[in-house]
Amino acid sequence: MSILLDESTKVMVQGITGSEGTFHSMQMIEYGTRVVCGVTPGKGGSMCNGVPVFNTAEQARKECEPDATVIFVPPMYAADSIMEAADAGIGLIVCITEGIPTLDVIEAFTFVQRKGCRLIGPNCPGIISPGKAKIGIMPGFIHKKGRIGVLSRSGTLTYEAVAQLTSVGLGQSTCIGLGGDMVIGTRFVDGLKLFKDDPETEAVVLIGEIGGTDEEDVVSYLETGFNKPLVAFVAGRTAPKGKRMGHAGAIIAGGKGAAGDKIAALKQSAVRVVDSPAMIGQEMKKLVDQA
Amino acid sequence: MKIHEYQAKELFRAWNIPVPDGVRADTPEQAEKAARDIGRPVVVKAQIHAGGRGKGGGIKLAPTPEDARKHAQNIIGMNLVTHQTGPEGRTVKTVLVEEALDIAHEFYAGMAVDRKNACVSAIVSTEGGVEIEAVAEKTPELIHTLRIDPSAGMQPYMARSLAFRLGMEKKMVSACTGLIMNLYRLFRETDASLAEINPLAVTKDGRFLAADAKINFDDNAVPRHKQIAGLRDLSEEEPAEIEAAAQHLSYVKLDGTVGCMVNGAGLAMATMDIIKLHGGMPANFLDVGGGASPERVEHAFRILMSDANVKAVLINIFGGIVRCDRVANGVVSAAKKLNINVPIVVRLAGTNSELAGRILEDSGLTFQVASNLREAADMAVAAVRSVK
Repeated sequence: MSILLDESTKVMVQGITGSEGTFHSMQMIEYGTRVVCGVTPGKGGSMCNGVPVFNTAEQARKECEPDATVIFVPPMYAADSIMEAADAGIGLIVCITEGIPTLDVIEAFTFVQRKGCRLIGPNCPGIISPGKAKIGIMPGFIHKKGRIGVLSRSGTLTYEAVAQLTSVGLGQSTCIGLGGDMVIGTRFVDGLKLFKDDPETEAVVLIGEIGGTDEEDVVSYLETGFNKPLVAFVAGRTAPKGKRMGHAGAIIAGGKGAAGDKIAALKQSAVRVVDSPAMIGQEMKKLVDQA
Repeated sequence: MKIHEYQAKELFRAWNIPVPDGVRADTPEQAEKAARDIGRPVVVKAQIHAGGRGKGGGIKLAPTPEDARKHAQNIIGMNLVTHQTGPEGRTVKTVLVEEALDIAHEFYAGMAVDRKNACVSAIVSTEGGVEIEAVAEKTPELIHTLRIDPSAGMQPYMARSLAFRLGMEKKMVSACTGLIMNLYRLFRETDASLAEINPLAVTKDGRFLAADAKINFDDNAVPRHKQIAGLRDLSEEEPAEIEAAAQHLSYVKLDGTVGCMVNGAGLAMATMDIIKLHGGMPANFLDVGGGASPERVEHAFRILMSDANVKAVLINIFGGIVRCDRVANGVVSAAKKLNINVPIVVRLAGTNSELAGRILEDSGLTFQVASNLREAADMAVAAVRSVK
């Protein structure tokens, strides 16, 4: 049983009739994801990619009982969609949208927690359990079913890491794109807690970057006991201070969040840190072969 | 997005946060008139988007309007270098002429997004007038942080608790409480990411006001605040970065020689990192984003090549939905159109990468095609060395 997502998970698509929503929901269906419905206010009663579209998440939930939702809604409306999904009781909410105002994300995430749901993202590529299902925009073909978990704050750097793992014969159990925003719903520690008890995952790759203290929090968490091998790469050693590097959350501010600090902290723990992004796959192969 | 002190103080006035009497001046004559209107000794303060202005010589006390004119004469047009501007400094175009304060004590009060706890936090300290990071290092026990519950917002009892923790005199508590409440309201209503009053001053005659003001805004939210967007000072930003943002590209100029063009912020940072690891120096961060259409690639090339330091270009694209052959066609047409005359190393992975490789090889231009990330970094570094 994969963590969070497998071939039986019923998925709703908010914003399904927009160009991103339509394109990616078709990609998800072709990969094998069980997409059951969509939501676009005003388009209720129509069909899109072979599934019914509803006006509200509440109606969609009543009729189709999705377990998860993916949000392809523009930034000024996406937080509203997150809260709508949480209020409809959808347990897993994956928000792809980049550019949501931070205070909106804070408000939406607080609400999601109150409702007992889980938010992945925002500003993330989604989640994939290779060979089973994908929720999001990642290219399915680079993935291979296997036993390595991946937790990443990045998009295409995740694909780079996954491609390396696949090329050395190490498939992936579940890959979670955590997202590039300042405030995200699921962090490294949350993902590790899920992987810890997952019998289908034997090791985990962490892809971090500058900004915040999520990588440092991993070190504290590992002290409570985590006995699967870990490989990490942290991007942004060459990033200057005080500049936002693409991602809203990728900024070294107030003396905190530099890659060097994160790497130094991780090196004090059992995590194997690679200095080169080209060595992620090889390093994991070494670790797995040793174990 | 950053703004100047005088703009932050205008916002403070609008949200009922007390500030000193002050007027913006763009010429020495305006500075003299401002000082005369204020009718008391003033300070003339350089307006730039960076701290450390006093130490850099950008803040001067002016007992008379004539002094104000003289100081303004020196400061306007000066290249002000502080520990926050970098060695190249900033050219000062504007000053704030403000009543000089006779300060009894300097506090610190700020609001910031607390990313770890997913909330806004209010931070106060008795140690104002110095950098809060320094206080956090030396005497963290003198900083009081309050996480504000996102649903409840800032309630008076929370602000009051902070005021009492500052050891304020009883008669100041009410004013301090009100100020903290208003700062929070401003923060929420303008979608700020940071709002700092340092120092929050108590004067010898018992006035309580924001002697300095710093507000940063959430870039993601600026589009829904026309008034805030209008406060932007483009002259404080790097021209290439402004151009890139207009093209929906993310660009940060560095000072190396290997220009980078990558899709995805994490991969772009990793590309800069691997260049350095292999002995080179990245010239920039550039995320072309999803899409990487021929137009995008052309704009990206233009911006890259506007940096005279660039001696070689490394293009690293991982195509998932994006097709590498489309990117390759875009690279070829841009390179031809712009007559790029530095070595171009290309690494295209993912969808249709082999077809992309053939397009580059058959283009008639000399691209160096790398089959993996490590090879790409080696080629780029070697290309720069060969040009020297």
